[in-house]
Amino acid sequence: MTITSPQQTATPLVPAAPVERAVAPADTVTFTIDGLETSVPKGTLVIRAAEEIGIQIPRFCDHPLLAPAGACRQCLVEVWTPGRDGNLAKMPKPQASCTLEATPGMEVRTQHTSAEADKAQQGVMELLLVNHPLDCPVCDKGGECPLQNQAMSNGRATSRFVDIKRTFPKPISISTQILLDRERCVLCQRCTRFSEEVAGDVWIDLQKRGAHQQIGTFDADVLGFAGDVPTGAATQDTTGRPFASYFSGNTVQICPVGALTSAAYRFRSRPFDLVSTPGIAEHDSQGSAIRVDHRRGVVLRRLAGDDPTVNHEWVTDKDRFAFAWQSAPDRITTPLVRARNADGTPGELEPTSWVEALDVAAAGLLAAQAPVDPREEAVGVAVLAGGRLTLEDAYAYSKLARVALDTNDVDGRARPHSAEEEAFLGHHVAGRTLEVTFADLDRAPAVLLVGLEAEEEAGIAFLRLRSAVVKKRTRVVSVAALASRGLQRLAGTLLAAAPGTEAEVLDGIVASAEGALGDTAAALREQGALVLVGERLAASPGAYSAALRLTARTGARLAWVPRRVGERAAVEVGLLPSLLPGGRPVADSAARVDIAAVWGVEHLPETPGRSTGEILADAAAGRLGGLVVGGLELADLPDPALARAALDRVPFVVSLEVRRSEVTDRADVVLPVAPPVEKGGTFVTWEGRPRPFPQALVSHELADHRVLDRLADALGVELGLGSLAAVHAELDQLGGWDGARVEAPTVPAPEPPAVEAGHAVLATWHQLLDAGRLQTGEPFLAGTAKRAVARLSAGTAEQLGLADGDRVAVSTDAGTITLPAAVTDMPDLVVWLPTNSVGSAVRDTLHADAGDLVRIAAAPHELAAAGVGDGEDAPGRDEEVGA
Amino acid sequence: MAEKKKPVGKAAPAAKPAPARKPAPAGTPAGRQSKAVAPRPKGGEVATPAPEGYRSLIEPRTGLAELFAPVGGFGVTLSNMFRKTVTEQYPSEKVPAKPRYHGRHQLNRYADGLEKCIGCELCAWACPADAIYVEGGDNTPDQQFSPGERYGRVYQINYLRCIFCGLCIEACPTRALTMTNEYELAGPTRAGMIWEKDDLLAPMREGMLTSPHPMVEGTTDTDYYRGEVTHATDAQRAWVAEHRPDDPTLPGGAGLDVANELAPTAAAMAATVAAATKQGTR
Repeated sequence: MTITSPQQTATPLVPAAPVERAVAPADTVTFTIDGLETSVPKGTLVIRAAEEIGIQIPRFCDHPLLAPAGACRQCLVEVWTPGRDGNLAKMPKPQASCTLEATPGMEVRTQHTSAEADKAQQGVMELLLVNHPLDCPVCDKGGECPLQNQAMSNGRATSRFVDIKRTFPKPISISTQILLDRERCVLCQRCTRFSEEVAGDVWIDLQKRGAHQQIGTFDADVLGFAGDVPTGAATQDTTGRPFASYFSGNTVQICPVGALTSAAYRFRSRPFDLVSTPGIAEHDSQGSAIRVDHRRGVVLRRLAGDDPTVNHEWVTDKDRFAFAWQSAPDRITTPLVRARNADGTPGELEPTSWVEALDVAAAGLLAAQAPVDPREEAVGVAVLAGGRLTLEDAYAYSKLARVALDTNDVDGRARPHSAEEEAFLGHHVAGRTLEVTFADLDRAPAVLLVGLEAEEEAGIAFLRLRSAVVKKRTRVVSVAALASRGLQRLAGTLLAAAPGTEAEVLDGIVASAEGALGDTAAALREQGALVLVGERLAASPGAYSAALRLTARTGARLAWVPRRVGERAAVEVGLLPSLLPGGRPVADSAARVDIAAVWGVEHLPETPGRSTGEILADAAAGRLGGLVVGGLELADLPDPALARAALDRVPFVVSLEVRRSEVTDRADVVLPVAPPVEKGGTFVTWEGRPRPFPQALVSHELADHRVLDRLADALGVELGLGSLAAVHAELDQLGGWDGARVEAPTVPAPEPPAVEAGHAVLATWHQLLDAGRLQTGEPFLAGTAKRAVARLSAGTAEQLGLADGDRVAVSTDAGTITLPAAVTDMPDLVVWLPTNSVGSAVRDTLHADAGDLVRIAAAPHELAAAGVGDGEDAPGRDEEVGA
Repeated sequence: MAEKKKPVGKAAPAAKPAPARKPAPAGTPAGRQSKAVAPRPKGGEVATPAPEGYRSLIEPRTGLAELFAPVGGFGVTLSNMFRKTVTEQYPSEKVPAKPRYHGRHQLNRYADGLEKCIGCELCAWACPADAIYVEGGDNTPDQQFSPGERYGRVYQINYLRCIFCGLCIEACPTRALTMTNEYELAGPTRAGMIWEKDDLLAPMREGMLTSPHPMVEGTTDTDYYRGEVTHATDAQRAWVAEHRPDDPTLPGGAGLDVANELAPTAAAMAATVAAATKQGTR
């Protein structure tokens, strides 16, 4: 089966995941519920067995993905069990069916058949409502509230309570995003169990006793809670402290009452207003299922979808809350063409019609391909596509470059990249979909993370890993510069590696090695062991080669886990200068013939093209005639300054964008494209799993592939990608590739650089919530981002005369970033900065990346006060929060 | 059909019974029906009843009554000539509606001027005609429109859709929404029939302060609901004086007449109605 068509093709380009067959349980238990006999696997809870046969038992605390608690007592049922003599005997009191395992011969009578169970449930409901404020009209949960519904179905019609209710100040903000109304809470502990069992961020728990028992934030002093500090302010209760968690939004969704609500959705709408459309989150390569709730063409909230194969029922806060960018005020709604001033210099962008914009774009690109002056150096058109495209859109860029622009100068990597990485992707990743899946993370005995900070860069993989770790099935080892809180929560082992030395460490994982390296080698030899490598390894020479050597040595399987949603799709459809769709090497003539036949062209460009870096370097040097740029942020590129210079220099730039950006500011023609919520398409997860999603909002905006189809038409080439169905049909026709692959890279591990005094090696990675452009318009979410700090070892701090919390200046010739220092257990002479957080735009400010040498010094006070580092007034804000 | 299309002439009388039978139950095959005509079953449902002449069910009158029966109807006319007339001379004279008449809605205020509407959308939920659109909003210390956390930020009633059933009034948990006896709702445009919150809000009365302003110090929304707030306090007036010195409801302000000027939609409709009244008045 393929994405679209049910019929079988030999090897579809991106095959859908096979449906997992249910495993027949070894032991079953037969018992009756309400007189209906049922058989369930041993160990099944009564409440779950009742669900299976369609009997609804009211409940609040029970959640299928959390451990049983028996906290709310709403699910009481009457139970008869066979005694030793074999005769049925009634349990003296009603039992909570959410903690009761089914046993053979048991007879359960729910509220449907037992007056006793019904009365018990009504009594519990009455007690739960004693202190409930009954403020349903102002409560965000009203209309979709289990308490409201079950009070109607399983409660008394009238209240007998006449006393004064217990009240609390309402609401308190646990973070800028999460609001807690303790009056409404029924103490079911779903949120605390989620934070403990699933996220591992223990930020709230029960406090006090009896009638005063309440959910509250943790007392840091008593419990030694060492969480990350958020950037935004939060109300602190009498004992607690604010928290920063990337998964806090899930507690809002699983709260069965309106006790936990989100600031972003506060009082925004009612469930009957909303139209729900299933969707796939666009923020990472995890492909989380979400539900997009919208009213009158405006998205009001997103909820986690239920997909056991990928994200269970959890999503990261970024996937849940960061959607305002899609309707930001700087959205481009019409095609724009840059006017020319009287003297021929470029003027302002002016709105125009599609026909004119496409004509201007086509004329400009044709002129760039074949300049009138044969001595003109700026010749040829290249395509740069960011890492956020759907499969269909990425395919259209790939085909446009090869068919209409006759070039292999096409690259979808808007991040640090290398030739070694390209070879690795062609050799190991392209065309090998679903070789390692989320389910494998659950089963793996050992997982080695290299260049991948799971919590920050792959949120769902982190949760899946954590659930496996909690069940003591999986051991996690990480090759990184420091053991983050994320790794600590995975109970992981750190194989410390200064940036640039990953290859050396990977090569050191041999059975004969002592200590952690040898243990890791042994663990990776176990059946099902995995090595997950991140996209950041591209900046570390030899690391991908070393990872391939390691897996060949140990037999562990290797998977590439990029950060952005479009990275895997880009690899599959050949958005790389040396790769055609399906992992076909450009250099392979058979592969070119294969593709040319499907595309109906006589030949394809034969020489591998230039990478993003080479394209930009050549463009800046005046050796490029035109650029087609889609979904790209210049600040994401390894050298944003070079990229800006390049775009300024290139004679003709066509930009396909959703919002105004640095690229559109420099473009000659801007073609607006639809954001994910206004188009259908398919994201591809890091596993290679296609995740199709429908269009949620009615919109006239076009998806990239439709715009490119029209652009090609204006260029006189028929792409045939005018609709999703057409793209899917062509992808199915293309199919996979069973010919020769790209050769594996064999880059040796380099010598570690010598670090002079006053210098350090820069380590950096993105935090999940940072200053990214897809998070704009969400102040509440931004407040839960971790505060940017510079991490360095105790030794390095001592050398510099710094204490924890002092300001440290990290600089290159390009600029300086000044942040509070956080002394961390990590190698000496390494300094870690968040790549793109508020106050720490590493690439933009320093023009440096992981592995580069930077100067490091204690920040002079006047510098700190002046806010040197980033344009933002971040230092002042830091002090305010840190105080 | 073929029969019908024949030119009218001698065929017409023969064809006449056919259309009469045509509206018979759709599923009935025409062939069987024509067969059934000959041996007509007695009292069957399928068969056409036998054609009978008209027979009045009114008892035939006799004697004098029979003589005057043809002009008996004039008696009704004559007797009404001496009764009080029920015709209302609308719009020359406007008769007040009954107290419980379901007229135009009104969004009420508490005695200190804060709005009663909390933007809960229950009215919109209850509305069978989908005539009400509400969006809630978050009260902040600087912008407190109603007691408690939540207020109605957007409130629209579309009088092209409203059927005046009053289910919204029943649904309202704070008695914010009630109906007035106002029934003159007309206008030349569709947009002009959609009343916004400003149009629907009840006029300010003596002792009220225009919202937003803080709640009476030391009270909760429950106190408001119980009617324990009876007028605006000095502290509230001081707050309004500080934030909106030109507020007409302040002591020494422009007064209630200025405060109660109609909002655009209501004013436009009032103008339309006044013009129509003038035109229709004798």
